[in-house]
Amino acid sequence: MAFYENVFTQVQVQPKSPETGEGVGDANLARERFGKPILSYWAGFIGNAQIGPIYLGGLGIASVLCGFIAIEIIGLNMLASVHWSPIEFMRQLPWLALEPPLPKHGIKAFPPLAEGGWWLMAGFFLTMSMLLWTARVYRRAVQLGLSTHMAWAFLSAIWLFLCMGFFQPLMLGRFSEGVPFGIFPHLDWTAAFSLRYGNLYYNPFHMLSIAFLYGAALLFAMHGATILSVGRYGGEREVEQIVYRGTAAERAALFWRWTMGYNASMESIHRWGWWCAVLCPLTGGIGILLSGTVVDNWYLWAVQHNIAPSYPHVFPATVDPAATGVPQ
Amino acid sequence: MKTTALLLGGVATALIGTALIFTPGWNLHRVHTVQTGFRGLSVGEMSTVKTDALRKAANALPDAIDPAEAGGKKATEVYKNVQVLTDLSAAQLDRVMLGFAAWVGGENGCNTCHNPDNLADDTPYQKRVARTMIKMTRHINKDWQPHVLQTGVTCYTCHRGQPVPNGVWFNEAPMTKGAATNNRGMGHPAAAANGYTAMQTVPFSGILDGKDPVRFQQTKALVEGPGPSIQTTEKSYSLMMAISYGLGVNCTYCHSSRAFYSWSEGNPLRVNAWQGINLVRDLNANFMAPLQAEWPKERLGPTGDGPKLYCMTCHQGAPKPLLGAQLAKDWTELGGVAAK
Repeated sequence: MAFYENVFTQVQVQPKSPETGEGVGDANLARERFGKPILSYWAGFIGNAQIGPIYLGGLGIASVLCGFIAIEIIGLNMLASVHWSPIEFMRQLPWLALEPPLPKHGIKAFPPLAEGGWWLMAGFFLTMSMLLWTARVYRRAVQLGLSTHMAWAFLSAIWLFLCMGFFQPLMLGRFSEGVPFGIFPHLDWTAAFSLRYGNLYYNPFHMLSIAFLYGAALLFAMHGATILSVGRYGGEREVEQIVYRGTAAERAALFWRWTMGYNASMESIHRWGWWCAVLCPLTGGIGILLSGTVVDNWYLWAVQHNIAPSYPHVFPATVDPAATGVPQ
Repeated sequence: MKTTALLLGGVATALIGTALIFTPGWNLHRVHTVQTGFRGLSVGEMSTVKTDALRKAANALPDAIDPAEAGGKKATEVYKNVQVLTDLSAAQLDRVMLGFAAWVGGENGCNTCHNPDNLADDTPYQKRVARTMIKMTRHINKDWQPHVLQTGVTCYTCHRGQPVPNGVWFNEAPMTKGAATNNRGMGHPAAAANGYTAMQTVPFSGILDGKDPVRFQQTKALVEGPGPSIQTTEKSYSLMMAISYGLGVNCTYCHSSRAFYSWSEGNPLRVNAWQGINLVRDLNANFMAPLQAEWPKERLGPTGDGPKLYCMTCHQGAPKPLLGAQLAKDWTELGGVAAK
């Protein structure tokens, strides 16, 4: 007899024959899934022990193809930037980049390849890949009789991606403002974006975005901990307990009412989590769109609106030497 | 399966545990912080025992050379072909030459610049370059006191005994050919020049050998027109990393990190750094660029330009070159301001 351990579970379901699941009777649906399912002890360690069969379909294939083209454009350009040396490619990989067009090319759709053309192409195919995957997620959900929360949540992430890489540059009339591809390059871009617009920490939408980001992480930690801790009373049957409240739901609710005076319900906690996660990129995108189009220096904006605190000056007063005509 | 997992897990734990306990040098040096700004704002300078020791070793001073009489025969009366140091006495010229041999001579001493058979010979390019360098040193000591104060500079400030100082820069050749993305010099580590970021590996071009602006933050809250590009921002950012490494300081040595543009919130040392940027621009434009024709091939960069200066060239990783040692006061021959 396996025991359900609350800290570290060793329970693993290994059916005698793999599950085929929904649509097994429908020849059409069964035909579209391919691959002989296998059961893996290692996969069962972190999730379901069964791998496959998989359904890719037209949208999935198109999405993977677009994604492959994008990665290929990025990777080959990076390889070219180290004179096609595989060793240097590995060594410098975190630094390697595919940079957006020069500012002088504005929003030209086809700037010279070496000066941003590849970047635009990679961006196009990566965007297509993600949108096609969203459509696939949407259609699979409908097919399985699910609601479409997952597709909408994914769209929220894509919104932020496009705000940074496409919409804001488009509004400024320069694709040069977009995010480079690359590990350190996109991080450097992030820091530079904050510097260019006078410190993004003072951007209220950035504040909201961070609050939702940390909020989502905190809520998921609280929720995961709650459900695991009431697992011994059948708390993992969350959806049932929304309506037929059992002792697990009662005890979980009581715990939070005791500790913080208020508790989410078995249903609402999932909406809390979903909205926090979705609003993180949604508000972040708004913050990006306002930078450079409306606000040029968020620090000064925050000073004007009494958000930025003022600190005592410990240095002697300094003025801009360029403004005072100090002899050079 | 389960046994294998347990076994692998056990072995991994044992290996990591052993590494944690027995690996030497696992502990980082304790970081010493000196607070310079208002509390809680992270305005401070950091150092460790190791960085202090390295800095001290890198800034060893040259041996002092006994002063020489300003009177007596003029250098021009004793030596042939004296073109720059015409105001010195012969004794002073001898002294200066001793200094040069020690400061920039490297292994070859006097022969780095001079033809030993005929000291007046102008054939070695090093000698022709040295004339410009002497003029440059005097120019810095006389006209750039807003930056070098009375501390001044000598050849040793940059050269540290070597004919070619550390920390000179060249324009770079594009990394790619044809249709592959050129990334405008970004996307590679360049140690001190871009602070190990992926930004411009030569952030100096156009700024330190030209008049390209460094500033990119706007001083109005709302947009009043198109401002600098993110790419300009990254170049300035990279330049600031180069300054940071060149001086061995962090951003908050000069800046308030919440409002980098703000002079009133930052440290007044920033004015000195601003003068430094102007100084480097002046030297690159008026002393290094005119030397272009003098350089032999092996002294040129990948695109054929001569060496140029930036903060690192003099500072060599210290906030004050040679940790503030006042060498120039003993070298009025080179324009140093004598101690009172």
